Amino acid sequence: MSGSLALQGVLVLPAGAALLLAALPGYRLSAWLNVTASLATFLAAAALFGLERPAPGNFLLVDDLNIVFVVLNTFVGLTAAFFSASYIGHELETGRVTPGNLRFYHAMYQVMMFGMNLALVSNNIGLMWVAVELATLSTVLMVGLYRTPEALEAAWKYFILGSVGIALALFGTILVYLAAQPVLGEGMPSMVWTNLIGAAARFDPAMLNVAFVFLLVGYGTKVGLAPFHAWLPDAHAEGPTPISAVLSGLLLNVALYAVLRFKLLMSANAAALAPGPLMIGLGLLSLVFAAFMLYQRRDIKRLFAYSSIEHMGIIVFAFGIGGPLANFAGLLHMVMHSLTKSAIFFGVGNVAQIKGTQKLADIRGLTQSHPALGWALVLAVLSIAGMPPSGVFMSEFLVVTSSFARMPILAAILVFGLLLALGALLLRLTGTAFGEPGGKKDHPMTGSLVPLWLHMGLVYWIGLAMPGAMVAWFQSVAAMLG
Amino acid sequence: MTSYAFDISHLLAGSLVLVSFMMLYQDRMYALLRTFAFQAFLLALAVAWQAFTQNAPHLYATAAIALIFKALIVPWALARVVARMGIQRTVETVTGVVPTMLLGMGLVALSILLMLRLTEAAGNPLAREDLAFALSAILLGLLMMVTRRNAVTQVVGFMSLENGLILAAAGAQGMPLVVEISVAFSVLVAMIVIGVFLFRIRERFDSVDIEALDAFRGERQ
Repeated sequence: MSGSLALQGVLVLPAGAALLLAALPGYRLSAWLNVTASLATFLAAAALFGLERPAPGNFLLVDDLNIVFVVLNTFVGLTAAFFSASYIGHELETGRVTPGNLRFYHAMYQVMMFGMNLALVSNNIGLMWVAVELATLSTVLMVGLYRTPEALEAAWKYFILGSVGIALALFGTILVYLAAQPVLGEGMPSMVWTNLIGAAARFDPAMLNVAFVFLLVGYGTKVGLAPFHAWLPDAHAEGPTPISAVLSGLLLNVALYAVLRFKLLMSANAAALAPGPLMIGLGLLSLVFAAFMLYQRRDIKRLFAYSSIEHMGIIVFAFGIGGPLANFAGLLHMVMHSLTKSAIFFGVGNVAQIKGTQKLADIRGLTQSHPALGWALVLAVLSIAGMPPSGVFMSEFLVVTSSFARMPILAAILVFGLLLALGALLLRLTGTAFGEPGGKKDHPMTGSLVPLWLHMGLVYWIGLAMPGAMVAWFQSVAAMLG
Repeated sequence: MTSYAFDISHLLAGSLVLVSFMMLYQDRMYALLRTFAFQAFLLALAVAWQAFTQNAPHLYATAAIALIFKALIVPWALARVVARMGIQRTVETVTGVVPTMLLGMGLVALSILLMLRLTEAAGNPLAREDLAFALSAILLGLLMMVTRRNAVTQVVGFMSLENGLILAAAGAQGMPLVVEISVAFSVLVAMIVIGVFLFRIRERFDSVDIEALDAFRGERQ
């Protein structure tokens, strides 16, 4: 098998599976077909590591940076599909969805995976934009899946804010093309990322500056950065739980990847605005804002949605600081956050299913009533709060130390935000996990715990003994990010 | 480029921005939809003119999509939604017309100042001014989305924003075809989504007033 075949697999498998799933009735078969397709996509992505990489074309590209994203994306896509397969039948029994809805849901799941993978491997800024738009539209439809007033409002809000963000990103993309056009000539070459990065030093810096502001605001809306985050908690809380896991774990990363690509372009032009301070500002704002918001949450999925805003803030902050160490930390934190947050949503899905509610006040004593679920959730929440020895602790520690070395005042704000969030999460954790189990009769749990424990195993394993190959890989990517 | 070609292109792009202003003060739903249709028609003309002057035949496709889809089908479909829901008279605004218009003027001034300074180095005056007009239309569309409460008017605001984007893409010399087609295609998909949403909202509520939806927010119970 050659590299280009694997690359095609990453795109063709989800696209083909989406068509097939749209045609197939019967949710049981579809659910497992969804898992199989996700597994095949993951294998294709993993194969990209070992195989010789295809030469970058006008549309597609594989390099050190996006392999990390693609593998993470397809891996969490696989575990979320597995969780969904074990979980979604229950939603049918409780009457929240109809079989027709589920057929649509499975097809859309693969459309979304296709959109995200395409955005990650695209070498063309126009194609990347289209792919992000596709992923957004498919997730909007899934957020509205339950058709309740809350779900519709969440989907509508997500759709409107997401569309505006995407529209601004397109304007930024057009401006980048206009900056490139005098240097690279008219037509396709001026939209190909590998050409752009090579010639970026000769672009008009003023044009690039304005373009970057539009792109940062546009794609930043999709990342969930603070002033533009309003869609995120609603979309996470009201959609099906496997989709919450995918939104937090993957879609935010895809938008972040787009921001990073354009950041590289800015860094390559010495006369252009330094992108760092903008990203640092937005990152810190998101972190501190979300940390405060964590205290007022009454809904368990909203709580962790705000925690996602907080962590995206940390990651954007780390990439904004830049340099090999901070980039390494940002990259590691992104991977750790994706794994942990999606694991938390797998757990939360089960909790909501058992208790029949998402209200924090009604969830008590999980470690007593459901030890396997309760303790996994304890481990996951401790991890996301940044307690040792999880991988999140390691990456947060690296972010803090690298920023202390460079900008002590900002690091103080960072630590303040981290401690604030830690307090809120521990407060909620003691309430939900310990104490006497609540009075109401519990529903049976159907969702599988395997993905949750698998993710936790990975996060703690990386925290305790990060494999040398992974360190070397991330170091080379961090160096590339400049 | 001959001066009349420049003037016509200028005229069309400028009118597009003017129509964006007209949309800001419409207080009847059908009038708003007709104004939008007129803007889409102007967009089609502007894009077709760009296709002619740039000698870029693929832009004719974009113009055709704007004409058929945005100027005819979409306003017609939205008018049906409006009729079915009986919301002809309710263009509810958050702020009054005068402050909105003043804000709009400020936004246009801002975008012209920004874009003309930005593109001073660029040789092509046409691309420069088109870009300034396009950004104005984008910001006015955004303003309309912010100042309207009703779901249908927000959709119209979003589409007028998209009109500005297509104007910008058409004005960018030689921007590859993929992008324009995909822009138009995404608008199509977006419209389907919106349509579906409107009908689903209709199943649950008696209005498409976004304020009514707010009451269902999980946090406010």
